[in-house]
Amino acid sequence: MTGLAEAPRWHPARMDGELAIRMRGVVKRYGAITAVDHLDLEVPIGTCVGLLGPNGAGKSTTMRLLTAQSIADEGELDVLGFRLPEESKQARARCGVVPQLDNLDTTLTVEQNLLVFTHLYRVARAERRDAIERALDLAKLAERRDERVDKLSGGMRRRLLIARALVHRPRLVLLDEPTVGLDPQVRQELWALIDALRSEGTTLLMSTHYIEEAERLADTVLIMSHGTAVAAGPPSELVREHAGTQALEVYGPPARLAEVEAEAGAAGLRTRRTGTSVSVLGIDGGNGFHLEGERRPANLEDVFVLLTGEEIA
Amino acid sequence: MSVAPDARVPRLGRLERSALTGVLVREVVNFSSYWKSTTFSSTVEPTIYLIAFGFGFGSLVSTIGGYDYVDFVGTGTVATAVLFSSAFPAMFGTFVKYQFQRTYDAILAAPVDTEELVTAEALWIATRAGVYGCVPMLVAIAFGLEPAWGMLLVPFIGWIAGFGWACFGISIAGYSKSFENFNYVISAVLTPLFLLAGSFFPLDGFPEWAQVLAAFNPLYQCVQLIRAAVFGLLGWDDLFRVAVLVGFGLLVWRVAIRAMTKKLID
Repeated sequence: MTGLAEAPRWHPARMDGELAIRMRGVVKRYGAITAVDHLDLEVPIGTCVGLLGPNGAGKSTTMRLLTAQSIADEGELDVLGFRLPEESKQARARCGVVPQLDNLDTTLTVEQNLLVFTHLYRVARAERRDAIERALDLAKLAERRDERVDKLSGGMRRRLLIARALVHRPRLVLLDEPTVGLDPQVRQELWALIDALRSEGTTLLMSTHYIEEAERLADTVLIMSHGTAVAAGPPSELVREHAGTQALEVYGPPARLAEVEAEAGAAGLRTRRTGTSVSVLGIDGGNGFHLEGERRPANLEDVFVLLTGEEIA
Repeated sequence: MSVAPDARVPRLGRLERSALTGVLVREVVNFSSYWKSTTFSSTVEPTIYLIAFGFGFGSLVSTIGGYDYVDFVGTGTVATAVLFSSAFPAMFGTFVKYQFQRTYDAILAAPVDTEELVTAEALWIATRAGVYGCVPMLVAIAFGLEPAWGMLLVPFIGWIAGFGWACFGISIAGYSKSFENFNYVISAVLTPLFLLAGSFFPLDGFPEWAQVLAAFNPLYQCVQLIRAAVFGLLGWDDLFRVAVLVGFGLLVWRVAIRAMTKKLID
C-alpha cells in the first residue's frame, strides 16, 4: 500500500484560459491536525472539476475555505478574481453553494426558501419572480412550490438546495458531496441536473467520494488524500497514465492472491487488493504476464487506490 | 491567470443594507410560520404575571410609591416581557440555527458576513421585543392603568433594551458549547438581574450596595424609564437611563459579533 509519506504531491501546470478558482500552497490546520496541506488547485472557467477523496481527505474544508467560512493559515486563494478572505463577500455574491448537509428552512415552502435567497443574493426586485421560476423549473419543483420543505423527499430537498444555489445565476457553483446518502435513482436524477449545468457552461467544483460521480461529471478530477492533491487530470487520462487500460481480476484464497501479487510484482506490474480478489493493473502490453482471471477496463478507483493506498466508497 | 473581477459590481462594504435586509427577510418569512405560538406566549405570560401579582400582592399592598400596585406591576412587567422576548429567543434560537439547522452556514455562503448576520438577527429580535413589550401595558390598561401619551415611547424603549438583550443572548449562544451551559447564565445572571430590576417590588428595602448595583442593571434602567414614560415623569436623569441602555446595547453587540465570528468562521 502506498503510505501517506510516499504519496506524490500534484501541482498544476499552467493552464490556458482564465481561472475561476486558484489556490496556491493553501494550508488549514485545526490544532495538531492539518486538514488541508499545501493544496494547489486551479479551476478553469466553464469546466467541472471534481475533488475526489474519502471522508477526511480535506474536501469539505477546501469548500469552506472557498466561501471564507474557514480561513487559510497559509497560501493564496482567488475566487473569480477576488482575493480571499479579504474580498470573499464579492466572490460569494457570484457563487452558488450546495452544502453537504441540508440547511433548508424546513417550515417554509419551496418557493419561500427560494424567495429568501433571492434577497440574500441581492437579486433585483424586478427579476426576483423570474429567478424563482427559473430555479423551480431547473429543479423540476414548480409543482411543489407551495409544499413545505419538511414534506419533501430527500431527493427533492437536494434538488431544492441546488435550485437555491442557482437562483442568482452564479458564475461558479460549489457542490459539496451533492448526492451523498441518496438512493441510486435519485442520484441519477441529480447527475442529470448537474450535467445540464455543465453543458450550459457553468463552472462547477464538486467534491465527492463516489468514483462513478467523478468519472461521469468531472472534466478534471483532482484526487485528494490527507489534505493534499496527489494527482489531477481528465478521468480517462488519469486511468491511462496510472492504471493502463486493462486490469486482470484474479480470485482465490489469500495464499493464492499473495502469489499473484508476487508474480505481478516480478513482472513490473502494480496490483491492488479488492476484497476477495487481486486486481493486476496495466496488463495491456502483456509484459509476459499470463494468468487466469477476468479482464476488465481499468478505472478511476484503481488509480485512487494506487495513488493513495486508501479504499474509497 | 484568474478571471478579472466583475467591474460593474461595486466593492461590498460592511453593514450593508442589502445584506441586513436579506437576513431580515428570512426572519420575517420564517415568522409567518410560527407567529401564532410566539404571540400567544408573549401575551398570555405577562397577563398571568399581572393577574398573579396584581391580585395576589395587590390584595396586601394597595399602593407603592404613590402608584396603584397593579399599575406598578403592569409597567414593571413590560420590561420583563422585553427581556423574555429578546434574551431567551436569542440564546436558544441562535444555538439551534447554527448547531442543528445550520442556517448560518447557508446565510454565510451568500454575500453576508457575521457582523451583518448578528446585527440583523438582533434588530429583528429587538423589533419583536418592542412590540411584545407593549402587551403587558395593554393588559394593564384593561386592568385600569390610565392611558397616557408617554406610552407611545414604550415600544422604542423596548426596542433599545431588546437590542441589548438580544445581543446578550446571541453572545451567550456564541460562547456556549451546549444548551446546558445556558442554565448557568439563566441562574447566575438573568435571574438576579430580573429580581434586582424593581419590576414587582421597589428596591428601597435592599441594602445600599444592591441599589448601587441596580444602577448598572439595564433591566432596572428599562423598568424606570418605562415607568417615567407611562406616568409622565420623564426628566433629565432619564437621559442617563437611555445612555445605559444604548451603552449596554453597543457593548454586547460587539461581543456578540466577536462570539459568533469565533463560532462560525474557523
